[in-house]
Amino acid sequence: MKWIAVLGMPNTGKSTFFNRLTGSNAHIGNWPGITIDLMLGKVKLGDEFVEVVDLPGIYDLRGFSEDEAVVRRFLESTPLNLVLIILNTTQIDRQIILPMQVQQLGLPAVLLLNMVDEAARFGVKVQPEALSERLGMPVLAISAKYGAGYSNAIATIAQTLHHRNQTVQVDHLDDRLLPDHQLTEVIHKVLTGTVEIPLRLSDRLTSQLDRVLLHPVFGLPIFFGAMYLIFQAIYAIGTPLQAWIGDGLDWFKSVALEPLLAPLPALIKGFLIDGLYGGVGTVAAFLPVIFLFFLCMAIVEDSGYLSRSAFLMDALMERLGLDGRSFVMSLMGFGCNVPAILGTRVMRSPGLRLLSMLVIPFSLCSARLNVFLFMSTALFTASTAPKVIFSLYLLSFAAAILTAALFKGKFASQEPLVLELPPYRFPTIKQMLVRAWCEVKHFWFWSRRFIIFGVVAIWLLNNLPTNVPPAGPETLSGMIGQAMQPLFAPLGINPQLTVALFFGFIAKEIVLGGLAVIYGKAEGADLAGAIAQQIDWVQAYSFMLFTLLYVPCLSTVAVLKSESKSIRFALLSVGWSLGLAWVASFIFYQGARALGF
Amino acid sequence: MPTANLTSLKPGQSAKIIALNLEAGLERRLYALGFRCGQEIHLLRRGRMAGPLHLRICMTEVMLRRCDASQIHVAPING
Repeated sequence: MKWIAVLGMPNTGKSTFFNRLTGSNAHIGNWPGITIDLMLGKVKLGDEFVEVVDLPGIYDLRGFSEDEAVVRRFLESTPLNLVLIILNTTQIDRQIILPMQVQQLGLPAVLLLNMVDEAARFGVKVQPEALSERLGMPVLAISAKYGAGYSNAIATIAQTLHHRNQTVQVDHLDDRLLPDHQLTEVIHKVLTGTVEIPLRLSDRLTSQLDRVLLHPVFGLPIFFGAMYLIFQAIYAIGTPLQAWIGDGLDWFKSVALEPLLAPLPALIKGFLIDGLYGGVGTVAAFLPVIFLFFLCMAIVEDSGYLSRSAFLMDALMERLGLDGRSFVMSLMGFGCNVPAILGTRVMRSPGLRLLSMLVIPFSLCSARLNVFLFMSTALFTASTAPKVIFSLYLLSFAAAILTAALFKGKFASQEPLVLELPPYRFPTIKQMLVRAWCEVKHFWFWSRRFIIFGVVAIWLLNNLPTNVPPAGPETLSGMIGQAMQPLFAPLGINPQLTVALFFGFIAKEIVLGGLAVIYGKAEGADLAGAIAQQIDWVQAYSFMLFTLLYVPCLSTVAVLKSESKSIRFALLSVGWSLGLAWVASFIFYQGARALGF
Repeated sequence: MPTANLTSLKPGQSAKIIALNLEAGLERRLYALGFRCGQEIHLLRRGRMAGPLHLRICMTEVMLRRCDASQIHVAPING
């Protein structure tokens, strides 16, 4: 089997090319010692099958970033038959350093000049044949987005590969690369006469749009308006879809699973239906919002607006050790934390990314909002309830800011913040669909086992031993709830509500259902009455505060773990949020009681 | 030729880069983005509240924080 690696700078359409080349065959590959996901796809080129690896977008083989180190390690450890280099033709004046560096390493390569349509619009002219002669590698102009020149490029790649039976692996990569001043000279020689570049970028559309979208006064209001619309689009469509999936799964359960499993003993039946099948349902519920989220993110990101949001928000976010992109993801977290955490992948600096992932779980998501709406209606007057909800939103922001301020030293961004502001572009429908589909697949692949396992474990706690009412005081969770009273009594949280917090660990969506089981009442007014009789508003607010701050849900923990590739980081997030929840509830409850409430 | 750092340019003004006194990681990244001595650079706008600079260098537009931009010395063109 022959091996090809795809190399290129960020914003060059490298992934678009890779997706076009591999279709839907790509999956995440595993390389020893490499901590970043690399996509891998098997492709038929000419008459042979080839493995194609998509390397992370990098600026410079001598660069200091994590991605750049990963690419170096990859090239030093993996024998390759061919390297495909993609560059944005418009910026060939500076991007040419990558093909030059690959040439210095002695790797066989084919250079693809992407976005030829855009380059023509900006007046950049390249002579591929002349450039090919000077670089000693085939050079082809393509548009990965629209497909122009694509089949021609594939034919050339197949042909080049056909003659490349030997693999090349780079030793002592650093020693082989030219220092900057020599590189600058060589670049000048290569480009003179082969590339024609206008004196300055003349992209009127982008300049005009920037004049409005980055306007000193209107820029921020437009940004918040745009975020509001996107948020509405994702969750106004996503939440009903989520409900339909839930209804569909319930329907299947009642018409097929329950009759089919009826002969089994109650424990096994419950385990299979409420544990295992319930776990699958928990995972499935996230799929529509993840799909819609990345459909919208494809627009926000590929259009170039996400980088602009970083520009707009940077003055505020710099102080928190974050940038504007973290802000966008945190905002989106107010719908659902899970896709927001997946979305942090656009930030390539590990420190910045981890800090953002630590902050996002404090965004008050729609599942938590449901619990708060119920509790505040049950315990507060109609005029106070909205103020209660609003105070929880404020606390959600405060917790996020506190977390960023406390941890920014530990997760400092090692990468300088120099973001490219690319010309405005619009992704094709196909690009958007491919992106959303890949993210859904990725979530399903990496998170389902963890989530299903967690749901099953909590189900067992609530249902063992078998001869007592589920989630009652004699079950394992009831006993744990009782045993933890020394910890929760100072917060005003009684054993029943403690068990509800167990349910909330899986998903806040099931807290109300859990309370209904615990109190033996139907969800709704009956349950509200039962709770209102047992606890007062101080206890209720303390419970809501705890619910706001502690672990959002099992699925969030699952993506924290899979995205950071570190159990320790996931545990840190869980531990910190539990600690913060406890301290906040303690201060509130004891303070309110001390004040005589 | 009067010299200044990048943050002292006015929006709409161009300058030539004279020297970059940056830590190695940032210097490498900026080199790859086209920041080289002698290169012309154009300030498009500044972010509000001491926000970042929006710069154009050749065919590339970037945002750069002021603390980093202040380490880049330039000679303003046309005043």
